Amino acid sequence: MPEPVVAIVGAGPAGLRAAQVLAEASLRPLLIDEGHRAGGQIYRRPPPGAERPAAALYGFEAGRARALHDLADALAPRIAYRPGTMVWGIAPREPAGFDLDCLGPEGHGRIPVDRLVLATGAMDRTLPVPGWTLPGVFTLGAAQIALKAQGVAIGRRVALVGAGPLLPLVAHQYAKAGATLAAVLDVTPLAAKIAAAPRLAAMPATLGKGLWYTLRGAVRGLPVRSGVRAVAVEGDRRVEALAWEDSRGRRHRVPCDAVGASFGLRSEAQAADLAGCRFVFEPVTRQWQPERSAEGRSSQPQVYLAGDGSGIGGADVAELQGERTALALLADLGRTRDAAREARLDRQLARQAGFRAALEAAYPYPHHIVKTIADDEIVCRCEGITAGALRRAATERDAREMNRLKALTRIGMGRCQGRVCGHAAAEILAQSLQVPVETVGRLRGQAPIKPIPLREPV
Amino acid sequence: MSGLFRRLATRPGATVPFTIDGVQAEARVGDLLISAILLHRHALRRFEFGPGERAGYCLMGACQDCWVGLADGRRLRACTTLIESGMAVVTGGADA
Ligand SMILES: Cc1cc2nc3c(=O)[nH]c(=O)nc-3n(C[C@H](O)[C@H](O)[C@H](O)COP(=O)(O)OP(=O)(O)OC[C@H]3O[C@@H](n4cnc5c(N)ncnc54)[C@H](O)[C@@H]3O)c2cc1C
Ligand code: FES
Repeated sequence: MPEPVVAIVGAGPAGLRAAQVLAEASLRPLLIDEGHRAGGQIYRRPPPGAERPAAALYGFEAGRARALHDLADALAPRIAYRPGTMVWGIAPREPAGFDLDCLGPEGHGRIPVDRLVLATGAMDRTLPVPGWTLPGVFTLGAAQIALKAQGVAIGRRVALVGAGPLLPLVAHQYAKAGATLAAVLDVTPLAAKIAAAPRLAAMPATLGKGLWYTLRGAVRGLPVRSGVRAVAVEGDRRVEALAWEDSRGRRHRVPCDAVGASFGLRSEAQAADLAGCRFVFEPVTRQWQPERSAEGRSSQPQVYLAGDGSGIGGADVAELQGERTALALLADLGRTRDAAREARLDRQLARQAGFRAALEAAYPYPHHIVKTIADDEIVCRCEGITAGALRRAATERDAREMNRLKALTRIGMGRCQGRVCGHAAAEILAQSLQVPVETVGRLRGQAPIKPIPLREPV
Repeated sequence: MSGLFRRLATRPGATVPFTIDGVQAEARVGDLLISAILLHRHALRRFEFGPGERAGYCLMGACQDCWVGLADGRRLRACTTLIESGMAVVTGGADA
């Protein structure tokens, strides 16, 4: 029998560890990643020409980053690696397997595969705040990428706003790199962090470092303000200032020319949707995610899941899950199992789940921001659809579910396919209808999951 | 002309000539198109569905806010494209 073709989508920590296990088993997996260089989000490597020393780029995580980059290089002869290649469609094939529609350096291609490991990672979770479409407003992740991949700051005076461990982390990285920070504002309460601190104290996980910066109280002399109630970006044609209301209701305003703001992370799960995976609602982070067993199996027999793309866990968890899910795949192929290795990973993952719960308690979802979204606020950055249009569709045209709302208003139909607006739109719809957010469902993924340029780069 | 982005880490390496709306500009090898433009300008393009301009948002290829046109007709996602010598960026009058 010929060896099955296994494709891994995503070359971050999760995908790379999965590739390692499959390569060890001489399966020669196909590793497909949109990025030009392996590493994923956290261990993103600058493009050729823009390299800098690992310690400057990754700080605390320099050792782990180097280990993963070395792994990627060492794996090269034993895997089929396709960098710069986007998977934009996944179609089931009869009687089993999938066709992957890809766009890469050589143009379009359709690749038949027998099994799939989806390790597609996450992006910033965003919420509309007044002024967020002005040039100069970015996500927190974007602020970090600008620094890591390019050695640039998003502005000359930068304000950072967040609701997760990325905030103090990025603030620390900006301060260390010599950027000027105008404000660092956390919209979640400090009390939640103090309450969660004992459980987090022993946490080795990479994302926990952010909390450490918060509890230390200041980033290079600039206090991190917690419990911020509302923020608004001000400016005429570009960012001029950030206004905010503190935990006691006092108003402040700082001049700045760029803002990095986002509110936690959301799984990049469209590929899993196209592959037919069942989704479940995760109540703590309030998002729909593909259902994943402890070993990494999805609801689809030939599809395996690992990393932030199927539940936000951070980089260390992503590595463990990548390894674990590849072992499950090998077991399903009838390969000899390494029970001790499986048990060790299961123990480590169970421990990490405890830390994760503590981290989520420290950074609760900022409901209060959703409540303040005014009717004239743009929710869809792609096409300019407002919160008011969504609310009217709910109350006047009986939209009770996200895909109906999409049909009525075009929300989620723009170029980003609902990646940016989807969560906020669901919260707005649920609030208008006064129902729990899980009852309004989620936007279904559709191919192409990312836009295909009409004229490809040559 | 100073732009939105600020370069913190200077690095050696060749410069890359390109143009923005016909005006000569300079980038560095390894710069993404979005950095190359925003180191000189405050926006990338006009917003097609209303007033205002856009300068990108996620920098990771997800939001699609950073598509820019070139004089040769190509349309590129500026945050995932490396600058190349001779690129002629057309912003459509953004941040003139
Ligand atoms: C901007 C940003 C900054 C972050 N910073 C930190 C940090 O400092 N510390 C921390 O602990 N965590 C951070 N995180 C969380 C981060 O998601 C995890 O720590 C870690 O990177 C997860 O690993 P992963 O392998 O699951 O996914 P990722 O590392 O995100 O890798 C996923 C890969 O899949 C690729 N991909 C996705 N869809 C497709 C497709 N359709 N076709 C082809 N390729 C595709 C992507 O290009 C990417 O390379 C950050 C997240 C983001 C979004
Ligand atoms: S800035 Fe989001 S896709 Fe380029």
